[in-house]
Amino acid sequence: MTARAIPMPRPRRRRLSPDTRTALVYLLPAFLVMGIITFYPLLFQTWMSFTDFQLKNLSGKVAPNVVGLDNYIQILQSKLNIPNFEFLRLLFFNLFWALSNVVIHVILGVAIAILLNVNGLRFKRIYRALFILPVIIPPIIVATVWRHLFDEDNGAINMVLQGIGVLFKIPPDAFKIDWLGQVNDPISFIPLPLAYFALLGANTWLGWPLNSVVATGALQSVPPDLYEAAEMDGANAWQRFRVVTLPFLRPAMLPYAIYGFVVTFNLFYLSYFMTSGGPFGRTELFVTEAYKLVNDYQLYGVAAAFSVMLFFLLLAITLVTNRLGRATASYAE
Amino acid sequence: MAQTTEVIPAARLTEPRALLRFRSRSPRGRLSARRQIVLQVLCLLITFTVLFPILWIFSLALDPRNLSRPDGLIPPGASLDAFARVIAQPTSDEISLLELARNSFLLASSVALLSVGIGVLAAYAFSRLRFRGREVLMITILGVLMLPAVATIAPLFIMLNGVKGDVPILGHVALRTSLVGVGLAVVSGTLPFAIWNLKGYLDTIPKELEEAAAVDGCNRNQSFLKIVLPLATPALAVTGFLGFVAGWTEFYFVSIFLNDPSQGFTLSLALNKMVGAFGQTPWSDFAAFSILFAAPVSIVFFFFQKYIVGGLAVGGVKG
Repeated sequence: MTARAIPMPRPRRRRLSPDTRTALVYLLPAFLVMGIITFYPLLFQTWMSFTDFQLKNLSGKVAPNVVGLDNYIQILQSKLNIPNFEFLRLLFFNLFWALSNVVIHVILGVAIAILLNVNGLRFKRIYRALFILPVIIPPIIVATVWRHLFDEDNGAINMVLQGIGVLFKIPPDAFKIDWLGQVNDPISFIPLPLAYFALLGANTWLGWPLNSVVATGALQSVPPDLYEAAEMDGANAWQRFRVVTLPFLRPAMLPYAIYGFVVTFNLFYLSYFMTSGGPFGRTELFVTEAYKLVNDYQLYGVAAAFSVMLFFLLLAITLVTNRLGRATASYAE
Repeated sequence: MAQTTEVIPAARLTEPRALLRFRSRSPRGRLSARRQIVLQVLCLLITFTVLFPILWIFSLALDPRNLSRPDGLIPPGASLDAFARVIAQPTSDEISLLELARNSFLLASSVALLSVGIGVLAAYAFSRLRFRGREVLMITILGVLMLPAVATIAPLFIMLNGVKGDVPILGHVALRTSLVGVGLAVVSGTLPFAIWNLKGYLDTIPKELEEAAAVDGCNRNQSFLKIVLPLATPALAVTGFLGFVAGWTEFYFVSIFLNDPSQGFTLSLALNKMVGAFGQTPWSDFAAFSILFAAPVSIVFFFFQKYIVGGLAVGGVKG
């Protein structure tokens, strides 16, 4: 079974060049392993997605029923028998979540990289060493720690707000904010729960430093005499940034932003540990929903259909962002 | 970190030197005192936001009173009691931190070894050998890289669940509920990343070295073992480390596959349990546990960040 799942090139036996023969040997272990744990599961998953595979089929004694496209239709029509599932809301939230985060990460990352690149600024090296800290802490810990920081009763965020509030004679009770669970939207005309903003805050902390590293690399590749030339031509700071800095930043930041978009789109830990998708599933992402379909609801067939859809969605995102990347790249040149 | 092993379709990121310079420029130059102060205040503000969560957790962990919130950086009567408690038994399950760490370490190191060991072979083929179907296979690997680990969780669960029974020598084997099964699932995410990252690094090793060796009578296998592998040591270490981190912090496969304490919990499962029990779990214990959990990988990362960021940038991939 597994051997067949390996998409090996099959040139006619006679014309195998020595290189091809060596390549086969070197690739064999990797494709054997990937055949078993990646390609075959993907095929198996596609079959599963057309069945009603459930807990009772796990033992292998009862075969699941083939249900055709039912799983897909149920997902698209949000008719799954699980609480708070709404496909379109999930899709839009997930896309917006990734986009809003990446925009903030890139802007902050570039701004702070520029700040730390100012000639003559003291203690640069110390700041740069400290600002890398969020990157080096495992995301699962970052998520649980921020879950604690946003806690309604004991969290640091409320405590700091209360501390500031005292200075302005605001009673501490005003800052007993249920960051992760509040049902009412904080801004009436924006349909996003408070939990989204809490997640955004935590992910901003986590996300900008690596952008800053990438931006710093790009900034330092700008020849200093370009700035001098622009200055001599009477360009002000903003013009210098736009004309000199930006063309050097774009080629480095754009691929990184695309990568960041995909990573944030699939960011499991923050959503799962901080809000667990709440309130009412409104901060759920595709990855957390897929996890819950398997772990909490044991709807394996539905989960498979869900993952197949996620696969095509990611494929579409990759193609679109790649095209966008290429379009703006040629524009920049 | 298995889920974050996607690709940067980067062209320009493949400039490791630019990235390495991130920390290396020393500040020389002129800046008016007023601007210096304004910028310093700005930097300090950023420093505060970066350090705040970290200091908060440290302060919580040191607090002997098991308060739910610290009231100073070093609380009165600071002690390491919380650390002692979580080392003895972090959750209500009867399992010590050392046993949890041993399970996580076994998982992490086998994931690292397996993905690097198999990955470097494939990476060498992609980097050095011209063969039919090379492009197609490389794009396949790239496609797999884009997939989040969660995407194959249902079929893996069912497949691995099917592999159980009584084996003559090994006794009763149940693949899904063992660390081996989890390890296999984690490798499905780390292996394509390892192949891609290592291929990027091997591409930077000059071909002339191998050509010279070939003149001296080295065959492919010898030049791979004696020339390429030793030169690739930094990339092997970095890729292995990232695989290790993925295994060390792995959560979704462990939590879905291992659902019985007797099967051996890992650190991430214990952390999940502590978070789930917020309200009952003493906060100091949670803080101490987080620190002990993060410390091994964070410390390595901090001191070798130059090589890790550089090693990634070379591959044009970040994990």
